[in-house]
Amino acid sequence: MTATVTSAFTPRTGGSRQLAGTAALLRLALRRDRVLLPLWVGVIALMVVSMPGALETAYATPADRAELARQLLTNSSLRATYGPVFSDSLGGLVAWRIGVFAAVFAAIMSLLIVVRHTRDEEESGRQELLSSGMVGRRAPLTAALLAALVANGALALLITGGLAGQGASGALALGLGTAGVGMVFATMAAIVAQLTESARLAKGLTGGLLGAAFVLRAAGDSAEADGSSVLTWVSPVGWLEQLRAFAGERWWVLLLFVGAIAVQGAVAYELAGRRDVGMSFLPTRPGSATGRLGTPEALAWRLQRGSLLGWSLGFLAAGVAFGGITTGAADLVGDNARTREVIERMGGQAGLTDAFLAAMVGMLGMIAALYIVQSVLRLHVEETSQRAEPVLANAVGRVRWAGGHLAVAFGGSALIVVVGALGVAAGYGQDLGPVLGAGLVQLPAVWAIGGAAVLLYGALPKAAPAAWGVAGAVLIIGWIGPALELPDAVLNLSPFSHLPKLPGEAMSWPPVLILTAIGAGLVAAGLVGLRRRDMVS
Amino acid sequence: MTKANSAIEVAGLDKSFGRTHALDGLDLEVRTGEVHGFLGPNGAGKSTTIRVLLGLLRADAGTAQLLGKDPWADAVELHRRLAYVPGDVTLWRNLSGGEVIDLYGRLRGGLDPARRAELIERFELDPTKKGRTYSKGNRQKVALVAAFASDVDLLILDEPTSGLDPLMEEVFQRCVREERERGRTVLLSSHILSEVEELCDRVSIIRKGRTVESGTLADLRHLTRTSVTAELVGPPNGLADLPGVHDVEVRGNRVGLQVDTDKLNAVLRSLTESGVRSLTSTPPTLEELFLRHYQDELEEAGAR
Repeated sequence: MTATVTSAFTPRTGGSRQLAGTAALLRLALRRDRVLLPLWVGVIALMVVSMPGALETAYATPADRAELARQLLTNSSLRATYGPVFSDSLGGLVAWRIGVFAAVFAAIMSLLIVVRHTRDEEESGRQELLSSGMVGRRAPLTAALLAALVANGALALLITGGLAGQGASGALALGLGTAGVGMVFATMAAIVAQLTESARLAKGLTGGLLGAAFVLRAAGDSAEADGSSVLTWVSPVGWLEQLRAFAGERWWVLLLFVGAIAVQGAVAYELAGRRDVGMSFLPTRPGSATGRLGTPEALAWRLQRGSLLGWSLGFLAAGVAFGGITTGAADLVGDNARTREVIERMGGQAGLTDAFLAAMVGMLGMIAALYIVQSVLRLHVEETSQRAEPVLANAVGRVRWAGGHLAVAFGGSALIVVVGALGVAAGYGQDLGPVLGAGLVQLPAVWAIGGAAVLLYGALPKAAPAAWGVAGAVLIIGWIGPALELPDAVLNLSPFSHLPKLPGEAMSWPPVLILTAIGAGLVAAGLVGLRRRDMVS
Repeated sequence: MTKANSAIEVAGLDKSFGRTHALDGLDLEVRTGEVHGFLGPNGAGKSTTIRVLLGLLRADAGTAQLLGKDPWADAVELHRRLAYVPGDVTLWRNLSGGEVIDLYGRLRGGLDPARRAELIERFELDPTKKGRTYSKGNRQKVALVAAFASDVDLLILDEPTSGLDPLMEEVFQRCVREERERGRTVLLSSHILSEVEELCDRVSIIRKGRTVESGTLADLRHLTRTSVTAELVGPPNGLADLPGVHDVEVRGNRVGLQVDTDKLNAVLRSLTESGVRSLTSTPPTLEELFLRHYQDELEEAGAR
């Protein structure tokens, strides 16, 4: 494979030496991301393209949809989450319902791609070796941005093609707008990656900027029903709705994307050309000369606490947002029989508010499954990066070493779910007890997923990353499974499908206890596997 | 079965990774209180052996005893009494070197603060820098300081000086000698033959997962050739016919030759018969010993 990469490279002459090797680096990036990129693009596109079917099930007639749009216009908390609705056509409702989320996911994908192929490479020391070849100073950044462009271009193409049935120009606008937001954050990540020495920090900072952009748009949209707020115009996430896909497209808004991408790209290029490889513009602070860490548990906590704090804050914010739209959402579906039916099928029993709360807390539970997988797989990261080996060469048994990380993973998942539920209760303003109960009841399912991750890591270390697939499948089943009317046999594969839908439904202990036992059994089996196997070098 | 004076005793160790046969009946004996050199080319199985000794890998066959215990079953108990330095130290990016030294110290039998401070000074290490900002050599120093400052019986060092400059190499060698004086046992895997020659009481040379030579340097030297050059009063006579003599080169009254070390006596007798004006005799270096064991491999590779 390396042979193909190197032979594809032909040195250029003249003034473009700064970009020498870009083609080879781009091929390397695409080769390394051959699984990751199609997965990201495919999932985001599927999310968008499956939306007309789901909405058509919920709002069958044009009259239903017109009524929905009318109510949406008057509901500021829903506008804050999804943005305003500009057209009651099916396409217009799709753009309203999923546009902001597709854009946010495209932005996350893009910033991860760019940091992964710039700062990550430098931090790991791999860039040094690459740059000792005929690779120009700005080639790595160019290749990373081109890789992001390839991903966003494919996304735009899939969205345009998949929604063309709702109107070609609207589909094109939604596709280009989604990709545009992606590229704005790709170039933003390119700047941030020049500023910090740590790839993790670069991802976190750019993610924070994305969160700020989302909040600005949400505030703007909650203030104005037609997206005319200055706050919406300031946020790149808001530009997508300004494009007015499926509602008399305003093509000139694309110039905003082009302008922002060009300016940010130019700044990143300027910085990249001026700085030393591996160095950054922000200095790193020295640490302590002595340490208090003395146990493997303390080390695990130290290594994972930053990530846990980030997840907790995210869950708190998401909880408050979910809680805030609960009243409006329940009012909204109140008059629509078909929607009521769907919402009830998705989780509710008596009382639409309870059903909505149950669905939102259930969503937090499924997202917590992503946290627990990430946290459990920190063991795998430590082992494959050879940091586990010297720790285990001390008086630390494998089970104790793993136990520290697992305590953070399993305890941390409980913490974020509780924090998220508290957020929901705070945003909704009542029902603290029932909402907290609804949160706690998610934990056995989260832990079962965590147990599956431990088993994969302990028994089949090479297949450990497949735990992401498990969590992803559960998320897809839970999120769009009911709307796609998947058969029960498939829905039942997810542990979350078996939980009592609190609040609203009666508490049912057997599934909770059985899932807890399954989780404990999987963890135990994983630890037995870990004790028996060779450590990977 | 273990002799009381053996810190490490390994017999007939086998380990395969899929189709790769990493260890193929390896034997190794390290006596208590000695510095033992562990030599072999890349891929010979040195690191695999060490990882078996650390209980990170489970051997397919054969026996291994560390300080009289089983490295797999008694791993944690054993690790309290040993310190390990890998050839490529990886640190956590957000922990300082000082924090890592203290962590490793606490995870072993403990750490002598005075010795820690002294070692940091001697190795000229800045303990406040964070993981990723250390150079390769400085990352090695973090692990070395943690190991030498620990209160342990056995040090397992896997190419510990890769990336150290010659001054630091000197400091390292002094530290190893101090360890020996304190009665600690050291297993030193290395590619730097001068370092091994300087420090080690005994060496084991392994190749393709098997021990090919083991003993003191003096023992091993007996198995190889000494080179002799002499200026004689008269022409040499009959040297080439003596047993164990190779590559005789005569230029007038000067003569150069190689002789199997255990046949040296006869050569000297023959030389004195012709009358000796000057004589140099060079014992084989470890490098020559080492190369001799890999000669056929080198030839296969087309070198020379």
